[in-house]
Amino acid sequence: MSERGREIRSYVIGYALSLALTATAFAVVRFQTLAAAATFGVILALAFVQMIVHFRFFLHISLRKSSRHDLQLILFSALIVALMVSGTLVVLFNLRSRMM
Amino acid sequence: MTAASHAGLNLRSPHEPTAASTEIGLFGFWVFLMSDAVIFALLFATYGVMLAATAGGPTAHGEFEIGAAALETLVLLTSSFTYGMASIALKYDRGRRGLLGWLGVTLGLGLVFLTLEARDFITMLRAGAGPTRSGFLSAFFALVPLHGLHVLVGSLWIVVMMTQVMVIGLDARVKINLIRLGLFWHFLDIIWIAIFTLVYLHGLIR
Repeated sequence: MSERGREIRSYVIGYALSLALTATAFAVVRFQTLAAAATFGVILALAFVQMIVHFRFFLHISLRKSSRHDLQLILFSALIVALMVSGTLVVLFNLRSRMM
Repeated sequence: MTAASHAGLNLRSPHEPTAASTEIGLFGFWVFLMSDAVIFALLFATYGVMLAATAGGPTAHGEFEIGAAALETLVLLTSSFTYGMASIALKYDRGRRGLLGWLGVTLGLGLVFLTLEARDFITMLRAGAGPTRSGFLSAFFALVPLHGLHVLVGSLWIVVMMTQVMVIGLDARVKINLIRLGLFWHFLDIIWIAIFTLVYLHGLIR
């Protein structure tokens, strides 16, 4: 297969995967059978996988050397985001429970 | 340089920028995208904290419609795919017709998305669920329309790039800006994944 064909196939695979993941997430909520917390866990996991699919197939971030700097930047930003978001949630939910 | 590193640059002719300088030019844009991601992440955290602060007013369950959210998701996801096709046209095609065509399709889908989203907001505002009603709605209207504003700016950027492609042609700067625009557009789709999961789907869980 030509290089062009291979790249088109990569976008098509990414599109098909993310469509499937999105449809699953919406279906899990629309035809909800699980408990609320379990449903939330499932859609969170689906969103996480879909983000990786987008980074891999649309933004071409992989473990290869040519995108290693971008990957390091993304992982560092993810760490910062995780610290700030979880810190905010912990502090403010704790505050609320003390004020109730 | 392998095929998948950054789609878009035709590096075969001698006057194009080298792979290394392209990577540096794109890395700076990645830094911008990640700082933007931090802003969105903190607005998500604010939204999570404010979720219960409805002040007796509209709740997430009452305001969101799963059909509208699904349609918006489908439109934005498809626009990400069509931008990918534009990147491939930029990289491999000799002429500009394919590139301009796919950019036009992406722009159209972006505008459809904005129309759908604006319709949602107007429905909410008419029902008295505006940003001043409660802390929950303030957080919602800080987060979701900010993403819409990004899509609007991205759409304007597509118009600018289409004009540049037609007027200036495909020189190295136009090409690298088209790649940056592609990163921006795909990044907005990733933010939208978080929005439809954490805002719309989470709000609709029973």
